[in-house]
Amino acid sequence: MENQLLLSLSAGIFIGGVAGYLGSLMLSKRMALVAGPLGHLTLPGIALALIYGFDVSLGAFPFVVLGIVLIWLFELKTKLPMEALTAVVFASGVAVAFLFLPLGQAETALVGDISKIGSWETVISVSISLVIIFAIKEIYPKIVLINISDDLARSDGISVKKYNFIYLFLIAIIVALGVKMVGGLLTAALVAIPASAARNLSGNLSQYAFGAMTIGAVSSFGGILLFKLTGFPAGPLIILISTAIFLVSMFLKDEGAFHGKPNRRI
Amino acid sequence: MEDDLILRVQDLIVEVDHRIVIEHLSFTVKRGDIITILGPNGAGKTVLLRCLLGLLPYTGEIRWEEGIKIGYVPQRLPFIKDIPLSVMDFFALKQASERDVQKIMQVVGFSEELLGRKIGDLSSGQFQRILIAWSLIGSPDVLLFDEPTTGIDISGEETIYNFLAKLREERHLTMLLVTHELNVVYQFSTQVICLRKQAVCYGPPREVLTTESLQNLYGGDVKYYQHKHQ
Repeated sequence: MENQLLLSLSAGIFIGGVAGYLGSLMLSKRMALVAGPLGHLTLPGIALALIYGFDVSLGAFPFVVLGIVLIWLFELKTKLPMEALTAVVFASGVAVAFLFLPLGQAETALVGDISKIGSWETVISVSISLVIIFAIKEIYPKIVLINISDDLARSDGISVKKYNFIYLFLIAIIVALGVKMVGGLLTAALVAIPASAARNLSGNLSQYAFGAMTIGAVSSFGGILLFKLTGFPAGPLIILISTAIFLVSMFLKDEGAFHGKPNRRI
Repeated sequence: MEDDLILRVQDLIVEVDHRIVIEHLSFTVKRGDIITILGPNGAGKTVLLRCLLGLLPYTGEIRWEEGIKIGYVPQRLPFIKDIPLSVMDFFALKQASERDVQKIMQVVGFSEELLGRKIGDLSSGQFQRILIAWSLIGSPDVLLFDEPTTGIDISGEETIYNFLAKLREERHLTMLLVTHELNVVYQFSTQVICLRKQAVCYGPPREVLTTESLQNLYGGDVKYYQHKHQ
């Protein structure tokens, strides 16, 4: 196998896997929706990175952090629904980016390009992914409890502020890594779809978390291989493969293949 | 603190969104008491529980006996269905050991088979019991319940309260229950606080629940409540 393909596959599998894993936490409370606007907001950063020739994740990161701070501030000040706020942030990100984004590189910015990733970039992406997997594993039960009920978590002695901060910080890193692979437009799908598919197939928390990670990794692997075969950009192919897995998971869920009977409401 | 007293609330004032929800509320709780907090919707019942748990800012004094352990059973958990969670997973969120979980499942009368079941597949009665079991992990001295009957039919409701009375006996628990159901107050509580911003009445239910105090509490047609629940 050629070297470049190996690099793309290694980075892709890790970024896809860790995005799926974190996505399994973001699916509750509609946090997955937040990844979309954050991805879009990275576009000015990606544009800068492409113009000056540095790593797109590095360009994207400060903009995601800015996005998280803005969304948090807006929510505090305006009490508008999160969806409306994220739409404001999201549209402004795209608008600013298109003021100076070189048209020839628009595709890379919008749907990513992992096919030319260098060795150092790969090593760094894989290492960061490993650190994040470990960090997510550490905070996972706490965040699940916070997602279920703030009050319950706090009455159990969990510092909700601290864990939310770590959680948002991890989201920022994942989005910055994700735009490298699937671009500013598709990052939300990278976190949301594997988790949605895994939810359809899981009967408990570890199946769900591990399932989301696996589906994320497999989609990236398949997407990059398909790119090699077809020449279509890898980012959209990765997302389409995970969408296909999601569709299959819906049928499997309807047939009750994994947990016997339909859900009764609490 | 005086003997047997495990909680003293003195001149409690709570503001939520610039609106005073509780004003000048004072009461005490003794070990083994079952206190019901009775009142119409919006009277500040849940707010009071959240203050007692230290989840809301307030002025005045809330003093628990030192080292006391508090368990909390919330009214509902709408987001729990967002995640595929088995009963065992739910206990694991509290870092409960397998042995503790097995013991607690026995206490609430469930077989271990239920541990593998998805939370979303439980009936509301089962879910209520699991919530109580969850709050009992770590052997608390006090349980705070926010409307334990919500969503349960009459027979289920009776089971839950008989079950609570049994729990109190077996585990020497002190309980504070939020409710707006008078039958619960009469049958189970040693003290009642009628809450409508302030304590409209406070004391043993048979002494303080008079037509007048209930009228003060609910304002409207008191006969309706008495008819319904006695």
